Amino acid sequence: MKTITMPSFGADMEQGKVAEWNIKPGDTVHRGDIIATIETMKGLIDMEVFDDGIVEQLLVQAGSEVPVGEPIATLRLLGEVAVETPQIKTTPVEKSEKPSTPLYANNEADYTTPVSTPPSETTAAISTQPHLETAQQAISLISPAARYQAEQQGFDWRTLPMGTGPNGAIVLADIQRYFQAEKSDLNATTPVKKHTHIEHDENEQKMRQAIAAVVSQSKREIPHYYLNQDISLTHALQWLQHYNETQPPESRLLINALIYCAIAKALQKFPTFNGFFQNNRFQPAEQVHLGNAINLRQGGLMVAAIHNAATLTPVTMMEKLKDQVIRAREGHLTMSEMQDATVTISNLGDRGSDAILGVIFPPQVALIGVGRVREVAWVENHIIKPVTIVSMSLAADHRVTDGHDGARLLSKINKLLQKPEQLT
Amino acid sequence: MNHTEQLTYREAMREAIREAMQQDPSVFLMGEDVGHYGGCYAVSKGLLQEFGESRIVDTPLSESGFVGAGIGAAMGGMRPIVEVMTVNFSLLALDQIVNNAATLRHMSGGQLGVPLVIRMATGSGKQLAAQHSHSLENWYAHVPGIKVLAPATIADARYMLAMALVDPDPVLIFEHVMLYNRKEAVPKADDCPAMDQAVVRQQGSDITLVSYGGSLFKTLAAAEALTEQKISAEVIDLRSLRPLDTQTLFSSVNKTHRLLVVDEGWRTGSLAGEICALVAEHCFWALDAPPQRVCSQEVPIPYPKHLEIAATPQVEHIVTTAKQIVYR
Amino acid sequence: MTAANTKPHINKTHLHFLLKQMVRIRRFEEKCAELYMQEKIRGFLHLYIGEEAVAVGVMKVLQEDDAVVATYREHGHALAKGLSMDEVMAEMFGKVTGSSRGRGGSMHIFDASKRFYGGNAIVAGALPMAVGLALADKMQNRNRVTVCFFGEGAAAEGEFHESLNLAKLWSLPVLFVCENNLYAMGTALSISESEQHIFKKAQSYGLAAVEVDGMNVVDVEAAAQKCCTAIRQGEGPHLIECHTYRFRGHSMFDTQLYRSPEEVSTWQQKGPILQLKQWLEHNGKLDEVEWQQIEVEVQQEIEQAVAFAEQSEFEPASELCRDVYLESA
Repeated sequence: MKTITMPSFGADMEQGKVAEWNIKPGDTVHRGDIIATIETMKGLIDMEVFDDGIVEQLLVQAGSEVPVGEPIATLRLLGEVAVETPQIKTTPVEKSEKPSTPLYANNEADYTTPVSTPPSETTAAISTQPHLETAQQAISLISPAARYQAEQQGFDWRTLPMGTGPNGAIVLADIQRYFQAEKSDLNATTPVKKHTHIEHDENEQKMRQAIAAVVSQSKREIPHYYLNQDISLTHALQWLQHYNETQPPESRLLINALIYCAIAKALQKFPTFNGFFQNNRFQPAEQVHLGNAINLRQGGLMVAAIHNAATLTPVTMMEKLKDQVIRAREGHLTMSEMQDATVTISNLGDRGSDAILGVIFPPQVALIGVGRVREVAWVENHIIKPVTIVSMSLAADHRVTDGHDGARLLSKINKLLQKPEQLT
Repeated sequence: MNHTEQLTYREAMREAIREAMQQDPSVFLMGEDVGHYGGCYAVSKGLLQEFGESRIVDTPLSESGFVGAGIGAAMGGMRPIVEVMTVNFSLLALDQIVNNAATLRHMSGGQLGVPLVIRMATGSGKQLAAQHSHSLENWYAHVPGIKVLAPATIADARYMLAMALVDPDPVLIFEHVMLYNRKEAVPKADDCPAMDQAVVRQQGSDITLVSYGGSLFKTLAAAEALTEQKISAEVIDLRSLRPLDTQTLFSSVNKTHRLLVVDEGWRTGSLAGEICALVAEHCFWALDAPPQRVCSQEVPIPYPKHLEIAATPQVEHIVTTAKQIVYR
Repeated sequence: MTAANTKPHINKTHLHFLLKQMVRIRRFEEKCAELYMQEKIRGFLHLYIGEEAVAVGVMKVLQEDDAVVATYREHGHALAKGLSMDEVMAEMFGKVTGSSRGRGGSMHIFDASKRFYGGNAIVAGALPMAVGLALADKMQNRNRVTVCFFGEGAAAEGEFHESLNLAKLWSLPVLFVCENNLYAMGTALSISESEQHIFKKAQSYGLAAVEVDGMNVVDVEAAAQKCCTAIRQGEGPHLIECHTYRFRGHSMFDTQLYRSPEEVSTWQQKGPILQLKQWLEHNGKLDEVEWQQIEVEVQQEIEQAVAFAEQSEFEPASELCRDVYLESA
């Protein structure tokens, strides 16, 4: 038996609300299934299950606010024998040998003898029972055409809410509407939008409070130091232009893909910037899970982890970025994405800022800021020439590293961006 | 013949037979009541007087015998057109068609061929009950070695026979009983596509309606009703049930993303099922809705009109199902 | 075999019965033609007019539990076998009160309780079925006769030959009755058979086979009596070829290009009802009052049947898929 508790999606999360259950007692679940949607102050987050098993009980109803760590459901792991719970007992026993004896005849428990059913048989009966309704709920329905289109556009359709097809299936028209809405950008009323304005305002307020708590903690506890380096993108852009010439529009790369790859690979070489400072000591992370700070349309921001970022090529990085932005804005990031970041990138370039000196997201120990990609007068070998550059900054935790280390990290990023072909 | 002339399906088929017999002395027509009676559906009326008993051959009720004789005559250098009165009666000749006509080329290692055309009436709509109303085209379309045509339009009735006669292998032509009285102007022969090509009878963008034979006009009527409801349906007339023109089929489904097949055969094991399977195999990623079928109910065709209608595809079923598929 | 068994009792009552049965069929068929033109009856309609003596003559010698297997021209056989005019007419109207709940129509009249096995519209398709019914009787030691009616056109089909061979091979209690009306639809026997005597084909398989004047009900009855008696005594299958003629087209939609009006008229002079009526009148066994009484009674029966069919209900379309398999309890 496994007890499923209200998950923590971040150090700052104290409680969550079960917005929706996707399961019911008796359902078979598999590792990775989304079993519930949890409403946090940051918005809705899908909750995964990490085991294969059969749902025994839901301990809280949808709509309940539950502190982090409190049990919300119980799961019978595969291979386990069913425990006689009150719920199972009240299920009418169909195999009654005396069908003429009504089960509701009286309250004397010894009269109806459901106990005579061997436990193994009970298990079999439950585990083989089909749960068609739930199957429909658990599987996001999408037409092949819609799915293909979504994948062509490079985003994960699983993040979309109900579609307009039968049983809420996402159909081609939903995808097309979605992309039209994307084009008109800040037009806030996309057809796939889920929340009402009132909920929206409440969520915004909660998120503001959460951000306030995190940055206050950060500035209170973390002794930041800051470095900045301007990096020429001449080579990177040449490579990019060359690459994109051979690609259809939907497969073309943006410079950010290269920059993020360079950052991830540099961090792998400098593990002291990639990890957590907890209980007065630094613990480096094994992998670089690049936290991508995403500003949300409705206000606020969210950090979504790009897992194993150092192993990605610019192409796969591009796919991840596209996908994640869309899902984050729809409130459909997975739990692991919300929790796993080992370091954060903040990119305000597309908002026009030349550089950013950021606030570290505890318990992480570094934040890389990416400024606006811009053309400047650049002096190289005594010659002034126009060059496209980006200002790369580092905010780091002085308890873990010194400025010297930080400078080497930025320098490494610079070097990698001068040889973009090596990033692939 | 004046090409702007209006002909019935029956007359078009008769013209086709007449033309073939005029052009090629090895062509002859054989079958039950094709001569003195004038054809059960009056297709061959008058031909006996024109061509004589040696080329318009009335046969005894011996389907297995005269279809087999047609096979032999074809192997022996003739170009027989064998008329079997209805598809239900063709079952008495199933052995000859499936075990002989379809196999001889292959089992002789390519030495022999059976350039035979077999025509037969098919389908329901005339209250002929459970032994005269069925659509068994798909049984034949299942069999490699024969080709199966289902002309629906007057033009196809007029010109497909000639293409079938040119074909070196056995060709079965199914004539739906409800088509014989339809009347249309006949276009020029050159405008008639090859016999193995499907034809888009109506262009559309929201859903592909696939049909053939007697169901074509119900499907076109349904497409018209759908247009009024702002649903743009593309209508494909298969024309050839074997081989199937999958290219036309797939490119339409890739465009509309939705498929509905209208087939008077029973649903289970139907040609419609085969088409859905092909589309699922080849156009899976283009599909925006599950492919659907409107077929006959799983019941022998009953005699009373209202039950016959209930048992077979009708315009209203097609419209309703199409609307479900486009989810509007 | 005694003489009493082979020779029908030719008395007035008996002959009046035969006459009335034929008139019932004749008037019924005429009514059907009328109703067909009013679109009350649809599908194919094949009328028995002219051939009544065959069904009436044969059926007279059958016992209740003898089986009859007929063709798509079977209204006369159904009435002669004892099906009510009501249920046959309702069937043709497609009403739920019809003998086959309206599902079969004109060509598919069945009544299991009367051991009337259709109503079969594939030429020669029912001959093997008759062989099987007889086989079942033999295997279960039931002394019953299965009578199988078919047209001469069926003799061209393989199933005719296969059935005769099996029936004789296994010595089965079947009486094959060939209604030779000279045309298979529009194809004359003369252009479709090399050996035009059907009874001779049967003889070649070893069956006891005879030919009779199918326009003479007494001759038909006598031949049937003789054959059935032999069959009941275990002498195996028999065949009677009845020379007859249909006065109307093959079905309602038949321009009859294949035969001349003179030919039809010649045969009409030998019509079975006309023949018997004239003989009875000539021998003082039928007066005008008696004749009128037959006509009136038959007319009333038909009117009642039409009213019954008219008033009966159509089966709701929601019932469409019943009777494809046995409904489970």
